[in-house]
Order: sequence, then C-alpha cells, then structure tokens
Amino acid sequence: MELTEFVIKTITIVVVFALTLVIAMYSTWGERKVAGFIQDRMGPNRAGPGGLLQPLADAGKMFFKEDFIPALANKWLFIAGPSLAMLTALLASAVIPFGSTFRWEGHEVVLQGVESNIGILYVFGVVALGVYGIMVGGWASNNKFSLLGAIRAASQNISYEVAMGLSLIAILMMSSSLSLGEIVAQQHGGNWNIFYQPLGFIIFITCSFAECNRVPFDLPECETELVGGYHTEYGSMKLGFYLFAEYINMFVSSAIISVLYFGGYNYPGMDWVYNQLTAALGSQTGHNIATLIGTAVFFGKALFFIFFYMWVRWTIPRFRYDQLMNLGWKKLIPLAIFNIIITGAAVLFLKPLITAWLN
Amino acid sequence: MNPTLSFFYFLSALTVLSALMVILSKNPIHSVLYLILTFFTLSGHYILLNAQFLAVVNIIVYAGAIMVLFLFVIMFLNIKQDQEETKANIAKIAGAIVGGTLFVILFGAYRKTLIPSYNPNQFDSQIGMIENLGKMLFRDYLLPFELASVLLLVAMVGAVMLGKREIGERHF
Repeated sequence: MELTEFVIKTITIVVVFALTLVIAMYSTWGERKVAGFIQDRMGPNRAGPGGLLQPLADAGKMFFKEDFIPALANKWLFIAGPSLAMLTALLASAVIPFGSTFRWEGHEVVLQGVESNIGILYVFGVVALGVYGIMVGGWASNNKFSLLGAIRAASQNISYEVAMGLSLIAILMMSSSLSLGEIVAQQHGGNWNIFYQPLGFIIFITCSFAECNRVPFDLPECETELVGGYHTEYGSMKLGFYLFAEYINMFVSSAIISVLYFGGYNYPGMDWVYNQLTAALGSQTGHNIATLIGTAVFFGKALFFIFFYMWVRWTIPRFRYDQLMNLGWKKLIPLAIFNIIITGAAVLFLKPLITAWLN
Repeated sequence: MNPTLSFFYFLSALTVLSALMVILSKNPIHSVLYLILTFFTLSGHYILLNAQFLAVVNIIVYAGAIMVLFLFVIMFLNIKQDQEETKANIAKIAGAIVGGTLFVILFGAYRKTLIPSYNPNQFDSQIGMIENLGKMLFRDYLLPFELASVLLLVAMVGAVMLGKREIGERHF
C-alpha cells in the first residue's frame, strides 16, 4: 500500500476507535439526561456545566475502587470475562463505512477500517461471540445468580441471532452483496432500504435490542430476580468494562442499523451539495468536505438510534422470560421467513414489472 | 522466510497447542474455551487460504452457536475439581489403544494418499470468495446442496419433536 493511503487509513482507524470510545462514554451521560428528562427531573448537573464531566468522574471512581476478586472465583476467567466483553464490542466497528472516500493528491481512500466482501457476516460473527464475555464472567464468579444470568444471556442471544440473521437475508437478497460499503453505495439518492424493508427493519431492531441486553430484554441482569445477574460479583473497573461494553454495543448496532436501513452517509440533496462544494473549493477540498458532511450525517443517524435505545429503556417494562422466548421463536422467526418470501417474490416478479412500466 | 509462511507456522503451532490443551486440561470449561481458540486458529488458516466466507461461517456456526451450547451444558453440570473421580485404569488403557489405532490408521492413509498437484498458472485464487462459492454451489453442486439442506431440516424437525412437552407432563 502507498504511504499516503497508509497514513490516511491509520488516521481513519484511530479516529474511528477514539470516536467509538468517546461516544460510548458520553452515552452514559446521555442516558442519565434522557432518563431525567423522561422522569421530569434534572439528571446529572454537578460535575461541570450540565453534568458534562460526569463520565470522567465515574471513570475516576471506577479506577480507584478496590479491585476485588472473590475467594472461590476462577481468577483468570474472572478477569477474562470483562476483557472479552470489551474486545468483542470493539471489534465490530472495523467494517462499518463511516463515509465515502477521502481524496489526497490523487489517492482515494475509503473511510472504513477494512473494506471486506463479507462485511456483514463479519459483524454477525463478532455479535455471535459477544455472549462469551458474559458467560465466562458469569460462570467464573462462582455464584448461582451470576450463572443464571449468564445462562439467560446465552439462550437469549442464540435465539435472537436466528431471527436477526433471517431478517438480514432479505436485505442481502435486494443488494446482492455482503459488503457494507456496497450496501451503502446502493442506497444513494434516497433509495433507502427502510422503504423496501419496513418489516425487516422492525425485526432487526428488536433483535438488536435483545443482542445488546437492553431493556425490554435485559433479562441477564434482571435485578428483581437475579440480584445483578452476570455481574453480581463484579466491582471497580471490571464492572465498568461490562457496562462500557454495553454502550459500545449500542453505538455499533445503531451504526449498523443506519448503514443497513437508513442509507449510512447518504442524505437527501447530497449530489447538489457535492457539486456546489467541488465547484467552489476544487475537486480535492470540496470532495473531502462533502465526505465529512456525509460522515457527520452518519453519526447523526447513529446518535438518533442511541437516543431511541434510551427512549425505549425508560418507556417499556421488562419482558418475562417465557414471553421473551415466545416472541423470539414463535413470532419473529416466522415473520422473518415471511419477509424473505415476500422479498424474493417482489425481486423476481414485481421488480421487472415496475421497471418495464417506468420505462 | 516470507511473512505468510512464518505466520502459517505460528498459526499451526498455536492450533496444535490449543487442540492439545483441549484434551489435557482438567477443567471442562477450560477445555471448551481452548476448543473455541482452536476454531479461531482454523479460521485463520482459512483466511490464509483466501477462503474468507468459510472462515467467517466457521466462527459464526461453531464458535458462535455450537460452542455456546456446549458451554451452556457444561456449566450446568457443576463439576467440582476436588470431587472429580479418578478414572479407572482400564478406561485409560482402552482410550490409549483406540486413540493410538486411529492415529496409525490416519497416518497410514496419509502416507498412501496421492496429493494431486495443481498448475499455479491456472489456479484461481478467487475461488474462495463468496460470489464464486455461491455460483459453484448453486450451479455445479446443486443436488448435494439441496440434499444437505433436506437432511438438516429432518434433523431440525427431529430435535423439535424430542424437545416437545408431552400431554400431561409437568410444567416447571
């Protein structure tokens, strides 16, 4: 690889990594503010203006607490649990396209960690691994409640992965590509997948709530039944890693939702903006600024879905466990298969008809 | 040595080591975790062979689903390390004989096998990519593919039937 491309790629990866962490950090602040707003109270307002330094204060507290390992716990696996949770949460952002290309002296570099032709499968594989952090940690704690939380997490994740994969297949049938960059590029010009796949979108977002262990599917850490679920025995920064991994998962899944269904970095009128910018500032600067606007739009969409997660958390009560399983296996999976059949029929029969009629 | 080759050796050593640890570790949970590591190193080998689809599917299916269920079951078994019964000597001897015989058979088969050579000029390095793999599966190998899917469907129906609660059975 050329040196310039290498440098731009490195900067992209570092910026993406830092942004993921910062967004996850400020999601904790956002969550409290949203909770405060919904419950008609102030939320954090002591540390810094509007409580903006609250995440830093929390991190400081987490770091300086005693790092405690229970006597009968399996020591190495007890440490490995939160590390695995954090690792798998951070892995997924490698294939997300955060913007179109960046141009520098004749080189064009895609604003994406790795452009892979199996992008969405990679994300799916990383999501499938996410459960190990919880299971290993829950078992290593040597506590019945932790183990039950871990078992719940495992069965929940496996059940909802099936429906999630099936809802993705409808998208793949339309785009005939597994590459996330390609899927975004096809949604250019207001051609967003949400208009073609509303049912698939609802199934996907439900399953991503379940995969992130968020309310209404936060059975693994259900405090009314299981004390604290899989992280009952955890304290200090290890607990911090578990909670932080949840927020990173939220950001990554929001980013995936906006890539798959809401056009990623595409926004209405982007061609007009692009032409105006390139005419005014030249093909390099104009192009780069247009790309940055697209990236900002992308982050806006992702942040909206993070807000949606919080909104749902403070609105809907928790499911009971049998309801959760019934919803996953008996409702979402048949619906997803129905969606696949409808999509297949539409791609085969309806699409040629409409194209013939339009021409 | 070129980097790919040295990476191959490193990965192979890791594979063999983690596969050995699966059977050598006392704690079954550790065994399962080492088995997951083995699957990861195998996926690394697939990537070195330019078969990305196979690599990711290996991780999704084996590491992501099957091993989770393994871990699930073993965690429920609640095996205490100090209460573990020492296995009878006869079982150890039988295991050694069976394993040794299998090794000899495999080694003999390997010695007899002629590995067909390939022409580097005609070799298509893109064959492992998902587009080519899909075309190959649905064009040249359609019947085996469909038969395998029917087999999986039968297995799934059987599993559902086994797991079904019979009439009059207690709910717990």
